[in-house]
Amino acid sequence: MSTPIARPSRLAAVFERCKQEGRSALVGYLTAGDPDVTTSEALLLALAEQSDILEIGMPFSDPMADGPVIQAASERALEAGTHIADVFALTKTVRDAHPDLGIVLMGYANVPYAMGFELFSQRAKTAGADGVLIVDIPAEEGHICDASLKQYGLDRIMLLSPTSTDERIKLACACASGFIYYVSLNGITGADMGDMQGIQDKVKHIKCISNDLPVCVGFGVKTPVQATQVAAFSDGVVVGSHFVGHIPQADNKADICAALSASAASMRKAVGAIA
Amino acid sequence: MYNLDITHAPDEGGHFGKFGGRFAAETLMQPLKDIEEAFYEAWADEGFHAERLDLLKNYVGRATPLYHAKQLTAAVGGAQIYLKREDLTHTGAHKINNTIGQGLLARRMGKKRVIAETGAGQHGVATATVAAMFGMQCDIYMGREDMARQMPNVLRMRLLGANVIPVDSGTATLKDAVNEALRNWVATCEDTFYIFGTAAGPHPYPLLVRQFHTVIGQEARAQCLDQAGRLPDVAVACVGGGSNAMGLLHPFRDDASVRLVAVEAAGYGLESGQLAASLAKGKAGILHGNLTFLLEDDEGQVQGTHSISAGLDYPGVGPELAYMFEQGRLELDACTDDDALEALQLLTRKEGIIPALESSHAIAAGARIAKSMAADKIVLINLSGRGDKDMNTVFKHLGWVEDAS
Ligand SMILES: Cc1ncc(COP(=O)(O)O)c(C=O)c1O
Repeated sequence: MSTPIARPSRLAAVFERCKQEGRSALVGYLTAGDPDVTTSEALLLALAEQSDILEIGMPFSDPMADGPVIQAASERALEAGTHIADVFALTKTVRDAHPDLGIVLMGYANVPYAMGFELFSQRAKTAGADGVLIVDIPAEEGHICDASLKQYGLDRIMLLSPTSTDERIKLACACASGFIYYVSLNGITGADMGDMQGIQDKVKHIKCISNDLPVCVGFGVKTPVQATQVAAFSDGVVVGSHFVGHIPQADNKADICAALSASAASMRKAVGAIA
Repeated sequence: MYNLDITHAPDEGGHFGKFGGRFAAETLMQPLKDIEEAFYEAWADEGFHAERLDLLKNYVGRATPLYHAKQLTAAVGGAQIYLKREDLTHTGAHKINNTIGQGLLARRMGKKRVIAETGAGQHGVATATVAAMFGMQCDIYMGREDMARQMPNVLRMRLLGANVIPVDSGTATLKDAVNEALRNWVATCEDTFYIFGTAAGPHPYPLLVRQFHTVIGQEARAQCLDQAGRLPDVAVACVGGGSNAMGLLHPFRDDASVRLVAVEAAGYGLESGQLAASLAKGKAGILHGNLTFLLEDDEGQVQGTHSISAGLDYPGVGPELAYMFEQGRLELDACTDDDALEALQLLTRKEGIIPALESSHAIAAGARIAKSMAADKIVLINLSGRGDKDMNTVFKHLGWVEDAS
């Protein structure tokens, strides 16, 4: 194993830039290959225009933590014949167009596990990803992926939730890099946002423990007003189901692209607004 | 009568070798830890076992008989066949051993609502039964395809006061019911206990379910010694996720002379691609919170399965069985839909016992094994459940009724 070259990660640079601009980051999510690979390329590029960080979902047959909107996205992508090679190719296309964008590959353990974490990490890095977020690999099971991610200089984004105790927060922070993704509610993606004060308190608490690691907040952010509220106390606002929801609304690429761009632009504006 | 020692325990993280573990979303990690703690605390509490064993005896009807199936033995020709009669438990399948245990845990933890997934509907019925007895709200997730083929159990659950929620996502069978139950639990874990139905899922479920079912093997072992004066030579159980198999086989693990056989569903045939034999045909992967053998494609997408029996129609298998298989302690066997239908009829005609289609897989394989052995040998088969729920499917295959599903 070669020693990784110590350079500040691109994700760290993204948060630094946002901080200097006095705003929170917009983290946009789409599932790769949804509704098909060609359309997905246009959509990812459109969302990348407005986002500071792009989360690219790797479609999976059994998305256990996702609500109906993102489940359907995974189903459409797989139905359209999206392979993991397409996910990497789409990532590379976005990377080539946006050298400063943060890119995180998000998904479930079995897809990288089937490929082998070492090969997966190598291909993710080559495609231009900065980090990886695997929903069903908590800190305790990091033994199956941590060494490979580290070897290829990929950040491991960790999730925290309202049920995370201080002990769990410490555990997650100890193996996280890039940022912490705080799941604002006990629930699946696309659910309704909980009480904003409660979320703010928990984020504040996590930041006390996280040792300067940025904390992004997601799950349930659907309106620019919510985005502005969340931006006020977090380093980044994750918007997923709201963006994915545009895809089944139209049946041609141009219309979906237009709707997504408009929606992303208003979210981008919202995270920079003062609450 | 029962040995309450926990032997062959997983490591602290719930791993059996490389298998098992707790591959869960963050939101569920603490609730799972809470259940683990509650389980260990309860297991060390005499009062817990007193109540549990009293219910197993006076409510479930344990000990279930060990029956020397002489007519079946004669028809097959070969080793003596003994049947562990889990079909005679209250609600008609082994599943209730586990739901009594987890139901008591749920009550101990102050939970007001329980949820469960179900395939054949036996675990759903057993959960709804315990919920009725304990006065808990109960929601059961069931694939729409399984609801159609196990309609009697759907109606029983409703009669028991449970809400049966149809699952249309994915393949609309057991794996998707687990997904939906997990999605609900993520949002409700504060007041809800997930009564998991098989020896799979994230730690501590494989351990918990195994411990609640070891009564099967412990009784069978003592009964066999009592009736035959010796241990069986082979112990056979069907495998969906592995609860009846772990229950029967675990207490024989340290008896080196006893062969342990797990029977998987070969569907239309082991080479047909339409099957549910994860140990025989799968590879290591991660699903529903644990690392185990999975039926999946080259890129880790979990595949749809097929079995005539809804309870075996699952692309994974309990992690401890995966481990025992890898260690060479577990032998594999498999039966097709046709084998199972034939065994169901054979047992029915020879012994007047109508087995569940799941259990019929164990009967078919067990009979095959017995046939290859001498008459002074003993084959012990777990008759995990009764066949009432499967009558529509069976009549349809026999051509006695129009397509019933
Ligand atoms: C009678 C019976 N046997 C066996 C099974 C398979 O489950 P397991 O492998 O957990 O015993 C089921 C599941 O529904 C069942 O109802």
